Formats: sequence, C-alpha cells, structure tokens
Amino acid sequence: MISDIAVLGRWGIETLRELGKAGLLLLRVIFRLPDLRKGFPLVLQQIYAEGVLSLLIIVVSGLFIGMVVALQGYHTLVKFGAAQQLGPLVALSVTRELGPVVTALLFAGRAGSAVTAEIGLMKATDQLSSMEMMAVDPIRRVISPRLWGGFISMPLLAMVFNAVAIYGAYLVGVKWLGLDAGAFWSNMQSSVDFHLDVVNGLIKSLVFGLVVIWISVFQGYYAAPTSAGIAGATTRTVVYSSLAVLGLDFVLTAMMIGGW
Amino acid sequence: MLSQRTIESFVGLFLLAAIIALLVLAFKVSGLTSFFKPESYAVVANFDDIGQLKVRSPVKMGGVLIGEVSSIVLDPTTFKAVVKMNINDKFNDIPDDSSASILTAGLLGDNYVALTPMYSQTFLKNGSEIQEAHSAMILEKLIGQLIYKVGNPGKSSDSNATSATPPTGNINKEKTENGASK
Repeated sequence: MISDIAVLGRWGIETLRELGKAGLLLLRVIFRLPDLRKGFPLVLQQIYAEGVLSLLIIVVSGLFIGMVVALQGYHTLVKFGAAQQLGPLVALSVTRELGPVVTALLFAGRAGSAVTAEIGLMKATDQLSSMEMMAVDPIRRVISPRLWGGFISMPLLAMVFNAVAIYGAYLVGVKWLGLDAGAFWSNMQSSVDFHLDVVNGLIKSLVFGLVVIWISVFQGYYAAPTSAGIAGATTRTVVYSSLAVLGLDFVLTAMMIGGW
Repeated sequence: MLSQRTIESFVGLFLLAAIIALLVLAFKVSGLTSFFKPESYAVVANFDDIGQLKVRSPVKMGGVLIGEVSSIVLDPTTFKAVVKMNINDKFNDIPDDSSASILTAGLLGDNYVALTPMYSQTFLKNGSEIQEAHSAMILEKLIGQLIYKVGNPGKSSDSNATSATPPTGNINKEKTENGASK
C-alpha cells in the first residue's frame, strides 16, 4: 500500500522534472537567440525540411478531407433541403477545427518524429558532445533552428491546408454534385468571419506548432542514447504531440467561443 | 544535400503559397472587404425595437444589397435605437422620404434593414435621417399576444384587467403600423 503511494509520488516527481527540463530548454532556445547572419540560413534549412517537404502530405490530405466533408455534409443537408449551406458548413469546420488540428497531427507525424529521431541520433553518436568540445553551442546550432523552423512552418502549412480543403469541397459540391457556384461562395462569405474564424484558426495553429515542435525537440534532446531510446522517444513525440494538440484544441476553442 | 540557394527558393515558394492561401481565405472565403471599403455615405434611422439586428447586417432595397449597418447605439433621451447605415455611393438617388423597416430573412433567418422608396425629388445624402422607421417584428411577442388573445377572449378577472389593456393596445398599434407600411 505504502509502496504503491511511493510509486505514484516518484512518478509525479519524474513528470514534474521532465516538465521543468522541457521548460528550461524552451527558455534557453528563446532567450539565446541565434546570430541573425549565421542562424538565418539554418532556420531556412529547417523550414525547408519541416515545412516544404511536408507540403505534399498536407495538400493531398487537405484535398481529400475537404472532399469528404463536402460529400458527407451534402448527403445530410439535402435531407433538410439546405444543400445551399454546404459552403458555410465546410468553410467553418475547416477553418475553425479541421485545418489547425489535422495539420498539427500530420505535422507531428511527418516533421516532429523526424526532428526527434535526428536529434536523438546526433546525441547517441555523440555529435552534440563533439560540438560542445569545439565550443559550438548545440542549442544554438541544432535545437534553436529546428524549433523556430517548425514554429514558422506550422501556421503556413495550416493556411495551405485550409485553402486546399475548401477547393476540394468546391470540386465535390459544385463540379460533381451540381450545386450553384455563386450560392456556394456567397453563403460561405456571409457566414465566415475573417477575425472570428480564419484568424482564430491561425492562432490555434501557431500554438499547436509551438507545442508539437517543442515536444519533438525535447524528446530528441533528452532521448536515451541507444537505438531503443531513440525509438521510444520518436513514439512518445507522436503520442504526446497528438494528445497535447487535441487537449489544447478543446481549451483554445472554449476560450475563443466563451470569449475569456 | 541541396545547395543553400535552392533551399532558399523552395522556402520562398512555400511562403508565397501560404500567403496566397491566406489571401484566398480572407477574400474568397470570409469575404473580407473592410480593407477596400467601397465609397459610401451614412444614413441614420431611429427604431423603437431592432430585434436581432447586428452591426454589419445588410441593408437592402428591393432585395438588392445596397449597404450595411455600421453602428447601433441607444439614444439616451428618447430610448430609441439609433441605427447608422453605410449605403454605397452608387445608390445616391434614394428619395429622402423612403421608409426603413427591419425584416427577417426567411422564418428563422437574420434581420436586415429594408428601405422602401417613396416619391420625393430630394435624395438621401450623408448624415440625413430616415423619418419613417418600422420596428422589427419579434416572433415571440407576436406569439405571446396571439396566445393571450386566444386564451382569454371573454374572461375578465380583475387581476388581469390592468395588465390586459397595454398588450391589446400594442396589437392595435402594430396593426396600424403594418397597415401603414403596406
């Protein structure tokens, strides 16, 4: 009985320590700003690796998600004779929820896991320690560009996802199911508000981007320097990121709708 | 490993794609037009009751969109709602004795302001006030009055007698108002 409680306590202390380490890492990255001349090319390389290379999966899944939402929505709306409202249905669900959330989940799987594995392997093969030996700060050289790259890429990817998904819905709704194009766009424009829907979605994607890339970098930097350790760290990145994104999504939505 | 220049161009293209996507979302999807406001002039109307009218609600004439509501404030002395509307400069020949009424789009739709033109030869201009303003028809009120009328046509209890007079008076007033607007 007592030992069970002790296990719980040890687990609590461990979790707290992990959180503290993650927070310190984030603080170090944010306050030890990379030298603009040397750091900027590194950040660009990371935007390429995390953003540009994720573009294909984002565009394809955005297209299909938009098409599926349009198809499902049409078959429900047509029962109430409200098929004209397909545009608002798709645009609101994509800009408010699906865009930021699905992009963040895909980003965690595509870019976050790669970052964790890369940093973890650098650590396992002592590349990080060698950098320190050469008086190169690994935080500034390796961690910081990856974090900033992911933070910048994620909202851009979410915007691309939103636009592509809405055009996917347009393809299905207007080109295939034969809705009127004018009604599709004008109903959408009259019910989507730029600040309430598009900008709030953008804010969500910024928060998700920071959380996902922070978890990825942390898991990589503190991975056990073995092959099993890297495998576990990569898995944890995807699991924790997904859970954090979905949980934060609820909190952010409650804040945005409740108007805290 | 790609050269830094190639990476930079790809990142540039990526940024461009994202900016285009944001512009599409802003203008095509959310119909954001406040960056390029069309030239418009402001007109004021005082309503007794605006119902669910909101800022940015449409202003229509003959069903055609001609402007939007820009502000709604309560007049502190008359307790009427002062509704300010921006009307597109294209429609600068609206007679100044036109009437404004708040209608509902469909049974459960949003409220909008409908202008009905009259025959005056002088036109509405910036800052002018619409004299004739009809309040919103509030569905709950109408239903309440209907139920009240159906519920006690012959009943005359003393407790209800005092409260019975104002609603019937309202019904008559609304009827005459409706008659006037038709």
